[in-house]
Amino acid sequence: MMQIRIHGRGGQGVVTAAEMLSIAAFEQGRHAQAFPSFGSERTGAPVVAFCRIADREIRLREPILAPDVLIVQDPTLLHQVDVFQGLQADGYVLINSRRSFQELGLADIQQRFRHERLATLAATEIALKHLGRPLPNAVLLGGFAALSGLITLDAVAHAIHSKFKGQVALANVAAATEAFACIVRTREESAHAETS
Amino acid sequence: MLRQVEGSHAVATAVALCRPEVICAYPISPQTHIVEGLGQMVKSGALAPCEFINVESEFAAMSVAIGASATGARSYTATASQGLLFMAEAVYNASGLGLPIVMTVANRAIGAPINIWNDHSDSMSQRDSGWLQLFAENNQEALDLHIQAFKLAEELSMPVMVCMDGFILTHAYERVDIPEQAEVDAFLPRYEPRQLLDPADPVSIGAMVGPEAFTEVRYLAHAKQLSALDAIPRIAGEFAARFGRDAGGLVRGYRSEDAETIVVALGSVIGTLKDTIDEMRAEGIRIGVLGIQSFRPFPLAAVRAALQHANNVVVLEKSFCVGLGGVVSTDVRLALSGLQLHGYTVVAGLGGRAITKASLHRTLREAIAGTLAPLTFMDLDWRIVNRQLEREAAHRRSGPIAENLLRDVGAVAARVG
Repeated sequence: MMQIRIHGRGGQGVVTAAEMLSIAAFEQGRHAQAFPSFGSERTGAPVVAFCRIADREIRLREPILAPDVLIVQDPTLLHQVDVFQGLQADGYVLINSRRSFQELGLADIQQRFRHERLATLAATEIALKHLGRPLPNAVLLGGFAALSGLITLDAVAHAIHSKFKGQVALANVAAATEAFACIVRTREESAHAETS
Repeated sequence: MLRQVEGSHAVATAVALCRPEVICAYPISPQTHIVEGLGQMVKSGALAPCEFINVESEFAAMSVAIGASATGARSYTATASQGLLFMAEAVYNASGLGLPIVMTVANRAIGAPINIWNDHSDSMSQRDSGWLQLFAENNQEALDLHIQAFKLAEELSMPVMVCMDGFILTHAYERVDIPEQAEVDAFLPRYEPRQLLDPADPVSIGAMVGPEAFTEVRYLAHAKQLSALDAIPRIAGEFAARFGRDAGGLVRGYRSEDAETIVVALGSVIGTLKDTIDEMRAEGIRIGVLGIQSFRPFPLAAVRAALQHANNVVVLEKSFCVGLGGVVSTDVRLALSGLQLHGYTVVAGLGGRAITKASLHRTLREAIAGTLAPLTFMDLDWRIVNRQLEREAAHRRSGPIAENLLRDVGAVAARVG
């Protein structure tokens, strides 16, 4: 079973991101469970949402305390909430920021975890470009598909279309697609840097 | 058809498939998404003929449901927490009059302190109201129970509450199999009322009854609930035959046949318990779960039959009777009258506190070892409890308890679980 925890702030579509992720996994024939945190959801307040993906029925109802994947939609949370709490040693981390882990003051995280599974993505900028609004949730799912290969970009696009309609859906798919390409390009560049 | 949807959406879809003719609703978390979904279906014409009535309170919601049901309309509403308490007088009237209303209760704690999260205090407060109470373990069962509930309610002419854990189920996206309209139509016959307000054939409903017949009217309600002990498993069997999956019934055991320790529980925590028990079984511990799907009527004989060979019975409940202990465990104890076994009540998950596998492992091992207190509040934070008791001992004006404890706990935003 893979467990994903998404951190963000009220209004950024944190809960919707977990729901879309579960729809994408369902689309790929997996069992999936998405649910919001049991905290107050106010605009701007820290919000957590969870998604479990497995090949059999998911019965567990506890919050995700030891995630395999962390998606951080708002980098200002990094020094307010212990977002890395319980992260598995081989876990994935995707943070919405233009800056690197080092620049974010997360050099220790980079050392403790597998660096090829850590990435930052300028998701707010990509969202502004395609949606005209700073909503990074679908963008980060596109990035996560590229980072992990655990879900496909097609499944993410399908999930976006099941939650949004018309132009909003199309713009989100375009943003997720750009994010996917962006992460792939960064991966290739760093792989190239390591081999040369 | 398999769909990945929110629990509230699954329930709204199931209710719509049952072709209700009147839906009245007053919004309250965590039930709101259900009636919102139904409202959209009525407005778009997808659910027709059906009248969706916005009312001014929960008391009005149940009153409208009573009026509608008395005119022969299949009637539905949903509520939670303080909303259920506010409609309580009408809740008793619905059952006292024998009107087959179906109501979803998206289980939520009762204030004060105000708390929007899940426990079972709300529906437990209405356990003696005369309504049948069915509890769902997951969203598939919540969907399936609503289809069974209309059939059960109308067959008995008694109202049915379908209880599902607020947020944990109502707001969870998971896979559900949504049946076809033709299949539901074949399972659920047209509503044929036993009593009807019809201008062409006038009757009055709601007579004042004095000592000469009041006991007899109440006894008949009891007799109907007892007959539900046969109807519930029969309808669950008919449902399984048509839809190909088990849902509902009176009780459901999991690895309990040869278990020395059996945990009794209701609702979604059964899922977490199953995972915990699989891990304990892998270590050779003989432990199982008994899920209670029908809390009212309470299946005394089925509970006794399932538990009588066990040495330890742990009732894990999300409700609490202040000044006594467990609510469910009192009923379980009645079912076990005369048997010699170790019984424990574990109160857990109040006001949405997460029930984790780690805490269950620790608590259940203590029960097996015989070191668990007869009444245990799982994961109770003694630190803040004792600090408040010290404050009260030290100062007369110790201040409001909830505010004091929140200050002691510190920033809640920093906690993940």
